[in-house]
Amino acid sequence: MTTVVMAPVPGPDSPAEPARKVRSVAGGADRVFHLSLRGAGLTVLIIMGTIGLFLFYRGAQALADDGPKFLYVQAWEPSSHNFGIATVIVGTLLIAMVAVIFAVPLATGVALYISEYAPRKLRRGLINLVDLMAAVPSVVFGLWGFYFLSEKVIPLAKFLSSHFGWVPFLGIRDADPNNPLEDLTIYKSSTFIAGIVVALMIMPIICSVMRESFTQAPIGEREGAYALGATRWGMIRAVVLPFGRGGMIGGTMLGLGRAMGETIAVYMIISPTFKIQPEILRSGANSVSSLIALKFGAASPFELSALMAAGLALFALTLVVNFGASAVIARTRSGQMT
Amino acid sequence: MTTTSPPYRGGRAAALDAPPAPDTGPAVEVRRSTVVRGQADVVVIVGAGAAALSLAAFLNTRVIASAGFGSFVVVAYLAFLLLYGVLVSLQDDPRAVRDRLASVIVHSLAAVALIALVFIVGFTFWRGREALPHLNFFTTDMQRAGPLDPLTVGGIVHGVFGTLIEITIALIITIPLGLACAVYLNEARGPLPKFVRTVVEAMTALPSIVAGLFILASVILTLGLVKSGLAAGLAISVMMLPIIIRASDVVIRLVPGSLREASLAMGAPQWRTVWHVVLPTARSGLTTAVLLGAARGIGETSPVLLTAGFGASLNFNIFGGPMVSLPLATFTFSQSPEHTMVARAFGAAVVLLVLVLVLFALARALGGRPAGELSPRAQRARAQQSQQDLARFTERDQMRRMGANYATS
Repeated sequence: MTTVVMAPVPGPDSPAEPARKVRSVAGGADRVFHLSLRGAGLTVLIIMGTIGLFLFYRGAQALADDGPKFLYVQAWEPSSHNFGIATVIVGTLLIAMVAVIFAVPLATGVALYISEYAPRKLRRGLINLVDLMAAVPSVVFGLWGFYFLSEKVIPLAKFLSSHFGWVPFLGIRDADPNNPLEDLTIYKSSTFIAGIVVALMIMPIICSVMRESFTQAPIGEREGAYALGATRWGMIRAVVLPFGRGGMIGGTMLGLGRAMGETIAVYMIISPTFKIQPEILRSGANSVSSLIALKFGAASPFELSALMAAGLALFALTLVVNFGASAVIARTRSGQMT
Repeated sequence: MTTTSPPYRGGRAAALDAPPAPDTGPAVEVRRSTVVRGQADVVVIVGAGAAALSLAAFLNTRVIASAGFGSFVVVAYLAFLLLYGVLVSLQDDPRAVRDRLASVIVHSLAAVALIALVFIVGFTFWRGREALPHLNFFTTDMQRAGPLDPLTVGGIVHGVFGTLIEITIALIITIPLGLACAVYLNEARGPLPKFVRTVVEAMTALPSIVAGLFILASVILTLGLVKSGLAAGLAISVMMLPIIIRASDVVIRLVPGSLREASLAMGAPQWRTVWHVVLPTARSGLTTAVLLGAARGIGETSPVLLTAGFGASLNFNIFGGPMVSLPLATFTFSQSPEHTMVARAFGAAVVLLVLVLVLFALARALGGRPAGELSPRAQRARAQQSQQDLARFTERDQMRRMGANYATS
């Protein structure tokens, strides 16, 4: 295990020598070293593997009680055996969708700016800034979203719902935009606002994946494009974007996974509802993680079991998205270089 | 990363023409300037900007009634794009127009995103200004302060210590385990490390609330530990572990194979190779990995929310009693309708942000270099070490020579 030695290839002038058998004997210390390394690897594997198991073990009671209803009931009343994750899963997906729709153009812009447009001196600082933003705690985003954004976004939400109400998801059925005395709280605490805040939270991670793949676009191909007379944008479209497509898709999916798991910022902004709310501009939203944060405090053992089952569903959903993301990234040219 | 600037933008290739080379002899060629943004471009941009502002001002005051600042910005931006495109198309072909417009859009997207991010941090600091000047905010806990008490009573010292204790527990667990696992992924062969790597990669985006639920399900409900600082530390570890392993794995993979092979060829066993060659070479990157992982772990609210419980007093006992962390304190304060509690929430958020900033700055100061590249200080140390070795070798050679002379005489 220690050394990999190629057997000497018989040269043209040397008589054919039988290949020597190379065997490496690991010393005692090395054997201990390997055992402990394997121990660490297995420990990590066991911790990660048992997450799903424990959630299932704790959630089994609720799942057995609820049966298939768990998937489609729009309510959360475990004490009266009437609960399901339909609302929260749809709510999670809606918030994540809004977040991705806002975050992807922004992240693409920042990534392209850093890799293609920014002056060299600025580049390092900008990369650091984006990385730093990925480390800003979600509770800070939640504070900003609740105390600043949710007020400022009302005119935009009103504009969108009154002029683009025919677009699916954007309409609000019983809103009356022409009434000057309209109650504006209908536009507050919505999926839309939560989505914008989550978008800013996932933007840095999407951006750094995209930037990695953009900067790896081969310099020969870039200069080839320029030599053929391409403008800078022509070069980007012909070389950088096709090369980085895997990074763009993979980064977006990673961001989607993050967006689905976000808890505190969403919890602070939305006002929870237990009916599927497809009108994203209307007050009232929900997500799996904020449901858990909301209900776990006063939960009886059975209710806790139901929350564990909901957590298991979230866990499975993010795992699928993340595996998809890494598969997409690994399959592309830019992904294979890392 | 390219260093090339586009040699051709639009139809003006004349600027690129070389000065006529003198006929007499091979004279030194004058370096040509490939800068393509001339005075005319600046005039066009400024002109389009001024026109767009005026147009937006006109539309917003005369045509669209009761429009706010937001709509002014949007109208001005769209007008700028339109006018700029038209102005460029007067002199250049459509390709150049597309190029310029794409450039404007990329610049503005980047500006919007970066300004928004900086603004979020700035907003927190601005709103935190009410609570922060009070010294008691940093020295007392909330035991004696009710929601109606002014800011001169109570503080967040329990949150600061809670955060520090919990992150210490998490680091004690994740540094050895995470680094050992990262080394395992790189040094061991066979299918198992690959499988571990796949699992770890999938877990990097583990929702933090699931990490909290896991500790709640396993350690608290099954093993019977009470909600405490230890449980919170464990939950943060579960969340941080994949992040640290992934980042360290990438760094260790960048250690040049030649260094490793040189060490093995000298007859060093693998553990010595790892300990004396691989880890020191990657030290800078490993530091960054750990510190960035800690910065992520310190800011997480939901694992702590599920596992630590909420209390108002300072608690140093990690095995029992609620231990609040800064993000949890921020979150709980912000749920109160009282103005002073909200001010405290922003104050706690500022302290938390400062902690994260410090960790981040440390990560950048101590690390961030690619494997094998040394900081100036480390380089000086290396040089000094090398000088010492040289002196030692010469001394030894002299001693040997003297010994040889002595033997022959």
